[in-house]
Amino acid sequence: MSNILEIQNLVVSYGGIEAVKGIDMSVPAGEIVTLIGANGAGKSTTLKSISGLVKPKYASILYKGKEIVGSSPDHIVAQGITLVPEGRRVFPNLTVMENLRIGAYLRKDALKEDLEYVFSLFPRLKEREWQMAGTLSGGEQQMLAVGRALMSRPKVIMMDEPSLGLAPLVVKDIFNIIQTINQQGITVLLIEQNANMALKIAHKAYVIETGTITMEGTGAELLANEEIKQAYLGKTK
Amino acid sequence: MTEKKKTQLNLLFSVIALLICAGILYYVNHYTKPTYMLRTVLQLGAIYALVAVSMNLLNGFTGLFSLGQAGFMAVGAYTFAIFTIPAQSRPGVYYLYGVADWLANLQLPIWAGLVLAGLVAAILAALIGAPVLRLKSDYFAIATLGFAEIVRIIAGSSPMNRVTNGSLGLKMIPKFPNFYFPFIVVGICILIVCLLIRSSYGRSFKAIREDEIAAEAMGINLATHKQLSFIISSFFAGVGGALMGMYLGAITSTTFNITLTYNILLIVVIGGMGSVTGSILSAFLVIAGREWWLRFLDMETYIGAFQVPLLKNGFRMVVFSVILMLVVLFFRRGIMGMREFNWNFMLKRLEKKKTGGEGLE
Repeated sequence: MSNILEIQNLVVSYGGIEAVKGIDMSVPAGEIVTLIGANGAGKSTTLKSISGLVKPKYASILYKGKEIVGSSPDHIVAQGITLVPEGRRVFPNLTVMENLRIGAYLRKDALKEDLEYVFSLFPRLKEREWQMAGTLSGGEQQMLAVGRALMSRPKVIMMDEPSLGLAPLVVKDIFNIIQTINQQGITVLLIEQNANMALKIAHKAYVIETGTITMEGTGAELLANEEIKQAYLGKTK
Repeated sequence: MTEKKKTQLNLLFSVIALLICAGILYYVNHYTKPTYMLRTVLQLGAIYALVAVSMNLLNGFTGLFSLGQAGFMAVGAYTFAIFTIPAQSRPGVYYLYGVADWLANLQLPIWAGLVLAGLVAAILAALIGAPVLRLKSDYFAIATLGFAEIVRIIAGSSPMNRVTNGSLGLKMIPKFPNFYFPFIVVGICILIVCLLIRSSYGRSFKAIREDEIAAEAMGINLATHKQLSFIISSFFAGVGGALMGMYLGAITSTTFNITLTYNILLIVVIGGMGSVTGSILSAFLVIAGREWWLRFLDMETYIGAFQVPLLKNGFRMVVFSVILMLVVLFFRRGIMGMREFNWNFMLKRLEKKKTGGEGLE
């Protein structure tokens, strides 16, 4: 399968300090790719660079063979790459419905089908259609954040720590949803600290440490790797 | 009740309410003395309502804290005055410095003057928006405040003597052609703002207010949308300024000093940041309070031989400031908060009261 995203030599620096020191990644179309690593390893920065929220120092990011570095975030969303930002970031004083509509902001066509699709994935959101997003529980907010991103009809959906601060059962739900979305043909690029869950569902995985990729392989390979077990899965030899 | 029936009822109630408002205006126009305070309060209230709504679009809906409203009103008022003062009265207005040649015989109809007032304010907003909108919160407020002062000072400066009549200001500005005129103009303008807020643009403004990063990640172009909100808000501030000029009949650069911006901000905060109906409601309340109900505080009052303490010129504003502090302390979200006035809400309350009453019997 061809690569929908191809990242070469991504370097990002914040005020002289390099957060990402030249990483190469490829995301095959239709797969779940995960990037795992500790706090401050440069995971979020990588996603933000792809979505155009952060301007990289050097990089070549090819989306379907076309360079997207330097494009504005709205262009990148319009082309089909959507980010579910870290910490959910739903719009608290807007209703669930308004949040979803904002997700489809760049589309001018009818939204009925997409709304139905999102509500079929997250029936809970349908019940809370008119509720302010800020009054939802953490899990529901995460569902809303994913639903909102889906409203733009992305080809690639990037998720920044969707399990952050959620109860284990809710995390399981979210990961099931990620797999469902993926089975419907959407490529998923997932960032996680919860390496165990992420590696279980990932087709391909990268490990990032202080701004460089130190390991890559299939999800199962990394899950079985001794070093990974020690460093990220909390198992001793 | 079904959703459809609800919206129908809502519409019905709104139409009835509008008719009642129109009836009140008709009554005030035909059956009260021209000097009656209510006339002033209604007209001035309507003008302040428009300006407050325009400020709310920027401050309450888009989350950009601007203090430049008086500046844009000044631009609107001066533009309107310069282009609509009757040609034959121009020599009298510019008696000291003379009038610029290109202006001497220029006279636009009132409606064209109003549109032009808005447009000039909007163009100025577009020009200063590009650099100023890069600033965040407090810095943006300071920059817009500075802009408003610059406009005011330029309008009153001597190089502008032959256009703005410098520090003497402009008079003989056409008055409202009839009593209803300001209400119609304000009604149309506020309707446009409401439609805008309900559109996808309005939603994206709110998204920017709620969370800039998330809005950007959803594909909302921050710069364009902030600029758009700033320009539209300034357009209506310009129209509001022109109406103010018409209402006063004469303006000088000090008419639009920083106090005016604070007064509008006060209305917006009392009404609720992010509520159009709140702004309208509080505009009328604040104006009625300031110009009418609280007037007695400014007058020296005697009960028999006893002079009521504190009541003298200026005390009104002290009380007003205290009210403002109380509002900010105890009703931080204003009268309406971020909600809009809604008949369903009223109906629900009524129903509750009814069932509550039955329960007691």
